[in-house]
Amino acid sequence: MATLAAALSRTAPQTRILGASFSWWLLIAPAVILMLAFYAFPLAEVLWISFTEPEPGFGNYERLLTSPALQRVWMTTLRICTITTAITLVAGYVVAYALVSAPPRMQRWMFVCVLLPLWISVLVRAFAWVTLLRSQGVVNEALLGIGLIDQPLRLIWNEFGIAVGMVHYMIPYAVLPLYASMRDIDPRLVPAARGLGATRIEAFRRVFLPLTLPGIVAATVLVFIFSLGFYVTPAILGGGRTLMVAEYIKLQILDLIRWGVGTMMASTLLVAVVVVLAIFARVVDFRRLFGGRH
Amino acid sequence: MAALQHSLTVRRLAKHYGPTRAVDDVTLTIARGQFVTLLGPSGSGKTTILMAIAGFVQPTAGEILLDQTPITPLPPERRNFGMVFQGYALFPHMTVAENVNFPLRVRNVARAEAERRVAEALDLVQLGHLKDRRPSQLSGGQQQRVALARALVFQPALLLLDEPLSALDKKLRAELQVELKALHRRVGLTFIYVTHDQEEALSMSDSIAILRDGKLVQEGPPGTLYERPATRFVADFLGKSNFLAGRIVERRNDGFAYAVDGARFVQDGPAPAGDDVLIALRPEKIGIAADGEAAPNLVEGTIAAWSYFGTSFALIVETAAAGTLQVTVPAWRCPVEPAEGRRVRLAWTADASVPVARD
Repeated sequence: MATLAAALSRTAPQTRILGASFSWWLLIAPAVILMLAFYAFPLAEVLWISFTEPEPGFGNYERLLTSPALQRVWMTTLRICTITTAITLVAGYVVAYALVSAPPRMQRWMFVCVLLPLWISVLVRAFAWVTLLRSQGVVNEALLGIGLIDQPLRLIWNEFGIAVGMVHYMIPYAVLPLYASMRDIDPRLVPAARGLGATRIEAFRRVFLPLTLPGIVAATVLVFIFSLGFYVTPAILGGGRTLMVAEYIKLQILDLIRWGVGTMMASTLLVAVVVVLAIFARVVDFRRLFGGRH
Repeated sequence: MAALQHSLTVRRLAKHYGPTRAVDDVTLTIARGQFVTLLGPSGSGKTTILMAIAGFVQPTAGEILLDQTPITPLPPERRNFGMVFQGYALFPHMTVAENVNFPLRVRNVARAEAERRVAEALDLVQLGHLKDRRPSQLSGGQQQRVALARALVFQPALLLLDEPLSALDKKLRAELQVELKALHRRVGLTFIYVTHDQEEALSMSDSIAILRDGKLVQEGPPGTLYERPATRFVADFLGKSNFLAGRIVERRNDGFAYAVDGARFVQDGPAPAGDDVLIALRPEKIGIAADGEAAPNLVEGTIAAWSYFGTSFALIVETAAAGTLQVTVPAWRCPVEPAEGRRVRLAWTADASVPVARD
């Protein structure tokens, strides 16, 4: 092996770019070119348009401060994302806990049930919620039938409907990191805490919960960032009445052909994601969180 | 210290998991201040009994009393027992001091008082200098000590230990056995210790309860259990033993004689009922007799295998009369040079062996 390596280093070209040899760059060139052409370039283009259309300058970004409509879109988005994240986290925590506590055979079936929604088109799921929640939908008909209400409830085409659909979509993304962090907890720790005098609730609060904190952070980041740019579910379940950022961007660019405002919102969304990541990166080590070695 | 000591009674305890009887009608009294070991192979129910005492397992039948008070319905956190788990179960997100402080924090002990007691408990296990470390930064033996300090800091009524030394290497284990025994003397608490390691049980306990298949087989001080095992299982599990199956041929006031394949041996003590008898004979109680030397029990054989242990030779001797016998001879006064095929005369006295029940 040593002689082979020596032979290679003798024949390899001496050119070094950024500390790596030319052949190394050649190997990753296709990937780099692909990224530049189809990712970096369009992204730069979006940024460029947001500063140049309809006229050069910060005009589009000024609207963020002056236009109540834009501010409303952002506030709606942040509110729905926060609510979705909070509900998803609580529900995901319960599901993940049930998963960890279940016997292995049961666990396999539960996993299938958690992951099954991931294989069904998000469009199908959104329309399924429409049939369930609309005023002549299953839920309202049932409630009317048993006489709990005499007017159909407004369960859809508002923030409630969006939140229901988004929570449903996001739960697997919360369950998986939470499950991973719970699985690593020594099952004797909670009994040990109780043996030392802690009640069930104290044992959970002082031992189990702090140990799942990395999972909670990972799930929060994942769900919140996914929710920020979510398009299909809010578009269908919001029915055009409740606008979130992604749908607003589509509206500006495709329907109103106002590229400047649309790209500005897209750039702002990107910045928002980076800011969220930066905030959490200060709290936790991301590489550890998503499976990297420590 | 005496005021802190409590006795514990386990009365007709049973735990069934479906058709399996993990614990089957066990009655056990643990006197105050004693170091009692529950000893048995895996699946003998020893851990289930400990978990029932700790409150993690709700028994199917029977009750547990602390002094005279029934505690069976109490949840673990209301029993006030210290417990050291297998693998220690230290809280990885807390420092050593925070771990030890945990029982005090959940009991709302005032801060100054708690700090004093944590320092005291850490001094007791000589770990005061490591109080700001995390459990993952400690060696196995140190983690073990933290678990002990944590289980003792709140002055529990009892200390329960579930195979606390099983994860440590042999030398460290021997050291900690000595330390645990010294700690027991110092704190004066009642210790209940679960292990499958008979050496640990013999070296530390005031009393040993031997369990098998959920049943209590025999209970008593280590010496009594070793010298007078009641059953074949106890003789075999606690140390090594040879077994001679014979028929009683003569009964006297102070002993009896029995025959094994035509050879005749004598045994002190009262003869068991019936004609058949099973005799347990420890390898170290068999000696090698010189030619012409007389002994109450003698058997001739050839050495089939031998090994050297520094302190002793372990011989496997094939005999015509008594089958294969294990013999342990002190190495520094072994009368013959061990060699395969060498003929030896084995001898033992009438009080060296003991009749045991078949099981």
